[in-house]
Amino acid sequence: MRLVYFASVREALGTAEEQRELPPHILTIHELVLWLADQSPDHASALADMDRLRFALDQQMVAAGALIGNSTELAIFPPVTGG
Amino acid sequence: MKIIRISTDPINPVAELACLGDLGGGALASFTGIARQDGDVVGIELEHYAGMTEACLGDIIEKAHARWPLLGTIIVHRVGYIAVGEPVVVTGAASLHRAAALEATAYLIDCLKTDAPFWKKEHYGDGRAMWVAAKASDDVRAAQWKIR
Repeated sequence: MRLVYFASVREALGTAEEQRELPPHILTIHELVLWLADQSPDHASALADMDRLRFALDQQMVAAGALIGNSTELAIFPPVTGG
Repeated sequence: MKIIRISTDPINPVAELACLGDLGGGALASFTGIARQDGDVVGIELEHYAGMTEACLGDIIEKAHARWPLLGTIIVHRVGYIAVGEPVVVTGAASLHRAAALEATAYLIDCLKTDAPFWKKEHYGDGRAMWVAAKASDDVRAAQWKIR
């Protein structure tokens, strides 16, 4: 799956995107983020506070409980601050 | 007429709005957001999620047209580095009468603030920079449109 990061999450991870093979037991974004946080110390610190993260699955805003299904791109970012 | 534009170059609100002025309506309302002079801030940096941003702004504009009798709408948002005092965003709406144009203009910016994937970082005179935190007051304003 293609993972894309923005703003403070991107900076904490030191990368704007990465490709990851997800373990088959991961069904929701919440589960994915818990697994991803275990992949490196940078991931752990960037993803530590789930309540402060927002998600878009194939470019649609979704809640952490959303099912990943056949989606190909997950974006992880802080609350938006445009305008 | 529905216009969405993401610009890396400076935006000129008057020029952007010109196309909404000759649609035959009696009302053209607009909002311009400007990089605010705030303490030691010298500029802001805007990041966006290319593709999703345009789709999201398109959705906001469609909802505005479904809700008010509008002749045209525009959202122009700048990205990249923006010096204090320069425009960041322009929203505008043209209609036969002022109520629809004024309300739709506010709707466009209120929904953009909470729904569109943009992120703002403040740059300070001493070289530091910090991401701006989302404001609860913005959520309240956007939510008011969604319950009405």
